[in-house]
Amino acid sequence: MREKLIEKGLLLVAFSAVAMIFLIAYLIFREGVPLVAKVGVWDFIASTRWAPSKGSFGILPMIVGSLEVTLLAVIIGATLGLSCAMFLAEFAPRWSVRILKPMIELLAGIPSVVYGFIGVVVLIPFIRRTFGGPGFSVLAAAIILGIMILPTVIAISLDALNAVPPLYKEGSLALGATRWQTLHRVVLPAARSGIIAAFILGMGRAIGETMAVIMVAGNALTMPTSLLQPVRTLTSNIALEMGYASGDHQAALFATGMVLFVIIAILNTIALVIARPRT
Amino acid sequence: MITHSSSRGLARLFVVAALLLPLGCSRASKTAITLAGSTSVEPFAERLAELYTRAHPDAEISVQGGGSSAGIRACQSRICAIGMSSRELTPEEKGLVEIPIAHDAIALIVNARNPVRVMTLEQARDVFAGRIRNWKELGGPNQRITPITREEGSGTRASFEEKVMVAGMPKDKDGKANPAAFAPDALVQDSNGSVREIVASDPAAIGYISSGLIDERVAAILLGGVAPTEATIRSGRYPVVRQFLFLTNGEATGTAKAFIEYVLSDSGQRTLTEEGLTRIK
Repeated sequence: MREKLIEKGLLLVAFSAVAMIFLIAYLIFREGVPLVAKVGVWDFIASTRWAPSKGSFGILPMIVGSLEVTLLAVIIGATLGLSCAMFLAEFAPRWSVRILKPMIELLAGIPSVVYGFIGVVVLIPFIRRTFGGPGFSVLAAAIILGIMILPTVIAISLDALNAVPPLYKEGSLALGATRWQTLHRVVLPAARSGIIAAFILGMGRAIGETMAVIMVAGNALTMPTSLLQPVRTLTSNIALEMGYASGDHQAALFATGMVLFVIIAILNTIALVIARPRT
Repeated sequence: MITHSSSRGLARLFVVAALLLPLGCSRASKTAITLAGSTSVEPFAERLAELYTRAHPDAEISVQGGGSSAGIRACQSRICAIGMSSRELTPEEKGLVEIPIAHDAIALIVNARNPVRVMTLEQARDVFAGRIRNWKELGGPNQRITPITREEGSGTRASFEEKVMVAGMPKDKDGKANPAAFAPDALVQDSNGSVREIVASDPAAIGYISSGLIDERVAAILLGGVAPTEATIRSGRYPVVRQFLFLTNGEATGTAKAFIEYVLSDSGQRTLTEEGLTRIK
């Protein structure tokens, strides 16, 4: 009897999380769909002028901006993160793992506004002096996001590497392969789906991050054609303008959220397909 | 089935929250009043309310933000006793009693190391519209200009648009000039403070902020040769000035009336001056 009650209780809690997603999706779409219908889907996602108070609702530069920043951030985060996880799993002496792992986990606990602040104070002036331009740029946002997703990427890909059965490794070493050969020919392929999952989760964090991006990306409304140009992402657009928006402007911000929702759904689906273990 | 019951629970929660909300903000009793509206006016109103309630412990004044438009709507529907606005009322919004409490000049600021100090209104317009892109054209060093504007919907941006971006623009048949559009590659920041921080650190940047917030790291541009000082702001010679308004629906009574009188009194006006605004009286 008691067993049943607990079981049912847990089921209820599990489903309430799902209900939350549907509730959020419903609210966003209810506010956003009428505006998109009024403006036209194509004009909304493929025109480049955003001036809500003058009746122009084009979010193409922000879609491109979001994807560009996220992609670059994942490249940076994945390269650094996977290298770090490989080092920790295979080469690091035990004492350094004991120091490095908690330090990396600490990175995850730093609030995003602090990352943004460090970006503004350190990274922006550096980019401005070194490469020219205003400093607030695609590059700045991608570097900050790349660092922010490191803990996620490292923790999950490290788990994946550690989960590879030691038998595989021992077999490979016994056949005369070096440690590096074993790592990239045996361990990495075996951990493939877990590592891809790590990149995907990092990507999810990068595309959804708002505060740090608002602070370093410059939020200009142009189509970013160079890494040194300022850019506005979908999330920053919502957060920047929500405070004062009303009427169609507010609906357009909900519609921006709708587009973000769809993009994330598509990315996650692709990720699930890729990460499915080979049979 | 399960999702259904949990969403009903949620709905119940929302209803409870909705019932509690009005308790927090409306209901003007004899002593408790609410101010709501412009986030630009909010910090000044909070300071005034703090000083007023210290002298009148029986009065209770709560100050809320929400933006000028929200404040105007709240005042119209009598949700708050006094609305706050940092912009003029549109013809549709007229009908409320408008009480100007202070002038606020919007200053064009550049980095203190930037030698350019004077601009005409048309040059300022062209800088923000992206037609002038190098400081050389304004007599400065050969360096690109990084204009910084505010987000769409900001009251400061709206005032800047209607005072600077319309300068010299062709008028339509109603005699209203259409403002020039901001350059799409202008940086966008969401507060006076972050605009100032960027200008303070980038010698190529130019932005606009409330003149009370200027510090020694940035310098105000003399627009048409006029600096934003108390004298030029009050006489109207400085071209980019807006008024901060208190709004009431009909004549104010009780605590609201007493508070407005305090704000317009010498000590209230002196407080506003100390906080960086320009007195109206």
